[in-house]
Amino acid sequence: MKPTDVQNPEYYHKVVDCQYACPAHTPVPHYIRLIAEGKYTEAYMVNWESNVFPGILGRTCDRPCEPACRRGRVEEEPVAICRLKRVAADNKDDISQYIPAIPEQKNGKKIAIIGAGPAGLTVARDLAPLGYEIHIYDDQSKGGGMMRTQIPSFRLPDEVLDSEVNLILNMGIVTHFNQYVTSLKEILDKKYDAVFIASGAPKGKDLPDLPGRWDAKANVHVGIEWLANVTFEHINKIGRKVLVLGGGNTAMDCCRTSRRMGGEEVKVLVRSPFKTMKASPWEIEDAMHEDIPIFENHVPKSFVTENGKLKGMYFELVKAEYDANGKRTLVPTGEPDAFFEADDVIIAIGQDNRFEWIENNLGLEFDKWGLPVLDEKTLSSTVPGVFFGGDAAFGPKNVITAVAQGHQAAISVDLYCQGKDLNDRPQPHINLMSTKMGIHEWSYGNAINHDNRFVVPLADKKLTLSNLKKEVELGFDLQTAFKEAERCLNCDVQTVFTEDKCIECDACRDICPTKCINFTENEEVESDLRNKLIIPAINDSQDILVSDILKTGRVMVKDEDVCLHCGLCAERCPTAAWDMKKFIYKTAKAGASA
Amino acid sequence: MSYIKPKFIHPRSPKNKLGYSRQYYEGSLSTLCAGCGHDSISAAIVDACYEMAIEPHKVAKLSGIGCSSKTPAYFLNNSHGFNSVHGRMPSVATGANLANRDLIYLGVSGDGDSASIGFGQFAHAVRRNLNMTYIVMNNGCYGLTKGQDSATADHGSISKGGIPNTFEGIDMCALAIQLGATYVAQSFSGDKTQLVPLIKAAINHKGFSFINVMSPCVTFNNNAGSTKSYDYVREHNEALSSIDFVPVKEEITLEYEGEDLVELHDGTFLKLNKLNQNWDPKDKLSIISALQIAHDKNEILTGLLYIDNDSVELNELINTTEKPLNTLTEAELCPGVDVLEKLNQSLR
Ligand SMILES: Cc1cc2nc3c(=O)[nH]c(=O)nc-3n(C[C@H](O)[C@H](O)[C@H](O)COP(=O)(O)OP(=O)(O)OC[C@H]3O[C@@H](n4cnc5c(N)ncnc54)[C@H](O)[C@@H]3O)c2cc1C
Ligand SMILES: Cc1ncc(C[n+]2csc(CCOP(=O)(O)OP(=O)(O)O)c2C)c(N)n1
Ligand code: SF4
Ligand code: SF4
Ligand code: SF4
Ligand SMILES: [Mg+2]
Repeated sequence: MKPTDVQNPEYYHKVVDCQYACPAHTPVPHYIRLIAEGKYTEAYMVNWESNVFPGILGRTCDRPCEPACRRGRVEEEPVAICRLKRVAADNKDDISQYIPAIPEQKNGKKIAIIGAGPAGLTVARDLAPLGYEIHIYDDQSKGGGMMRTQIPSFRLPDEVLDSEVNLILNMGIVTHFNQYVTSLKEILDKKYDAVFIASGAPKGKDLPDLPGRWDAKANVHVGIEWLANVTFEHINKIGRKVLVLGGGNTAMDCCRTSRRMGGEEVKVLVRSPFKTMKASPWEIEDAMHEDIPIFENHVPKSFVTENGKLKGMYFELVKAEYDANGKRTLVPTGEPDAFFEADDVIIAIGQDNRFEWIENNLGLEFDKWGLPVLDEKTLSSTVPGVFFGGDAAFGPKNVITAVAQGHQAAISVDLYCQGKDLNDRPQPHINLMSTKMGIHEWSYGNAINHDNRFVVPLADKKLTLSNLKKEVELGFDLQTAFKEAERCLNCDVQTVFTEDKCIECDACRDICPTKCINFTENEEVESDLRNKLIIPAINDSQDILVSDILKTGRVMVKDEDVCLHCGLCAERCPTAAWDMKKFIYKTAKAGASA
Repeated sequence: MSYIKPKFIHPRSPKNKLGYSRQYYEGSLSTLCAGCGHDSISAAIVDACYEMAIEPHKVAKLSGIGCSSKTPAYFLNNSHGFNSVHGRMPSVATGANLANRDLIYLGVSGDGDSASIGFGQFAHAVRRNLNMTYIVMNNGCYGLTKGQDSATADHGSISKGGIPNTFEGIDMCALAIQLGATYVAQSFSGDKTQLVPLIKAAINHKGFSFINVMSPCVTFNNNAGSTKSYDYVREHNEALSSIDFVPVKEEITLEYEGEDLVELHDGTFLKLNKLNQNWDPKDKLSIISALQIAHDKNEILTGLLYIDNDSVELNELINTTEKPLNTLTEAELCPGVDVLEKLNQSLR
């Protein structure tokens, strides 16, 4: 094999599993170290730069970083990355001095943003400091989008949401709240220099054809509409017996909210097996903790009403069968349908986009799924100057994806307004810097901590179930936060190998606790090389680092998979052929030069 | 600051027949200089014992004084150990061996420890064919006392001090063969592919197994001009054979058959792929002359040099008790008046 090209910034980036997995590429280990040092404000700002809503995300993020976290491959559980973010947010000092100044003198360009959810707000935050005049439209009375209308306050308190949303709105953003945009043409006619559409996926899926659906419609609700009504206090109670249909996170929020609104016997019913439920494992856990049973393999069959009053529902019992290709079908078991009593039913089975307000004669194309045709990288639609992001772009995802797309859209808008090529995008800022301080002395904590993951304490259930707004999670105290932070393996401190210094003494190979390092004859084919390592590198999602030919004609091959970043290889290397170098990877933001 | 070995190991770390991972055979974190050849030899010992699935409590590791003699702290943490006085490991090993035949004796020493202060002890352990594996980590200097030339430093070799050595160096392998060692091998710390099977075979050989391992001292003797540096040893290494250790139960396939297969006493095999046809590992004369020729050509012969399969080790030779002394009961030690009377009668 050819030597690995470590000049390509993506090589080392990929080694930082969490950062690489984060859609916004938040420099996770960097902020975790800052938390361990007690520098919460700095840790917050590192997050704010990348993901805009650290306080919100530290409570609600879908955390794609955690399943990716190296720690989860080394022991049972990943670092509690998300909840450490919350620690930074909850313990920061005044940050006003670090917020970019908004120029008095504008750059003469006006941007319209439709939708004040995370995607729209991110574009506003990235562009306002560059002198753009930003107009943001939303049909709600406040900013935040679904973070406000959908995510219940017992998971995300209003103060946290308000403070992070207002930070952006206070950047001189012109808001047009309580204003549903009914025509894109009208917006285009206002001669904005660019338009960013971040209107989300606001339409809840229903079961319109299920027998009895419309017979007692006052007691059958669509999940996301119902949650919004709860937020705006249009609804303040629900029946004693509640059935929630669906296995996603919306269903989890609906059932938990029901528990706080008078629902005493709340049940969740899912069509598919429990283990394939879409909801995040921690959301399922939280629901079950609140005494909400989940019934798997129950397919809704009909509503039962009596004199116009809802009595309950019938469900068909099924089991999952998989064909040779792994394709699943739900096959009826033949058992009699199960009846569940209900005073109210909440349908939480998914969301759709809603683009009726976009005229079809504007040249804006949609695909067969009703989603706009977009350039994946630039997020440009088929109408020049009109960009999409967040749930409106590729269907419902999550906050961090909306933020990441917001950053990319802001870059595109900026390039577009300057008449530049949208594909000529600014590159990430990278740096590699030795952490060696002296003998046995590195500027990062290279000692490996063996603690198991710490559990975030919860408020008393009696208290939380009786108060809709009482936050359930209490967050880590600072001591536990420190201990949890110490679990991080510092994957951004890279093992950098310089072949011409290597004397092939084997010291690194011998000391490495996870036997990542090999000196071996090279192979043409990567899989051959992977298979002949001391412990074969069978995890293909992790790269191997292959050196140039060494003096003996062999190559050094390091499997990145379970390297602990303990630095012992560099510690034991007599010639400093190995060094532990801190890798900085900052994604470019709008305004950075290409 | 930290210099601590993590407890985590590779989640797919294989386990040997006994269910132990390699880590179970490791020792404490080494305090030797980074890059010291001795550490690689320690790792080779760990590999060998792990792969052979040796029960760690069946091993006694013994050493003298020197950086090399410190290494038993860095491998086989779950084994017995005795760190003796400088040059006196052979007599401790002899005593232990006579007291208990059941253990595997693994002696580790340096060129100073064995060829200078312990020269006499070494010679007698060899000629008595003590049943042990004796590894000399040979760096041509006294590493621990800051790199003075040792008795194995080659004539003209220059250590970090900068002055060429005036004396002839002792060839430990030739010496061991002449003194009657029944398994003699030479290797290089930087070549585990060769060293690990040699250690395994040495452990399985019954009698005195000697391995002289070139083991560069990175701090005092790894400079240009030294004949024990990484570069020099690599350039002048002449392997006599490539070696495979074939465990007992593994089926001997056709390709293993033939003259290149050396059977060890317990039925395990050493498969030799001879690279030098003028030599026969069972013929003392051929190896002594091969060593002399190599010496004249500035070559370092490595691999298995000599093996005597019919070796009779010390305990058998002098007919000691088969039971370890610590298990002998009063009944065995004091067989009674009748036995004494018989003995006395026999001497009248
Ligand atoms: C119940 C529920 C719980 C969720 N929980 C989480 C969670 O815990 N973590 C997570 O990461 N994600 C969660 N999500 C998903 C997350 O909220 C969304 O992915 C995210 O908010 C999408 O951001 P966005 O900016 O694309 O759109 P949105 O947040 O949907 O914002 C779009 C805004 O545009 C407005 N709008 C739409 N059309 C128009 C128009 N024509 N004119 C004016 N305004 C308009 C909408 O009212 C809305 O305010 C949840 C979703 C739901 C439904
Ligand atoms: C009786 C005695 N004499 C002298 C010494 C000093 N001394 C310690 S180690 C050593 C030489 C060790 O050389 P070697 O066996 O080659 O080990 P290395 O450090 O090179 O591995 C000497 C002379 C001692 N410890 N004890
Ligand atoms: S151990 Fe730390 S740096 Fe590595 S992936 Fe996990 S959180 Fe990120
Ligand atoms: S830092 Fe070096 S020694 Fe530590 S696990 Fe990674 S490769 Fe092995
Ligand atoms: S002084 Fe030489 S022999 Fe001793 S530990 Fe250092 S390198 Fe090894
Ligand atoms: Mg020495």
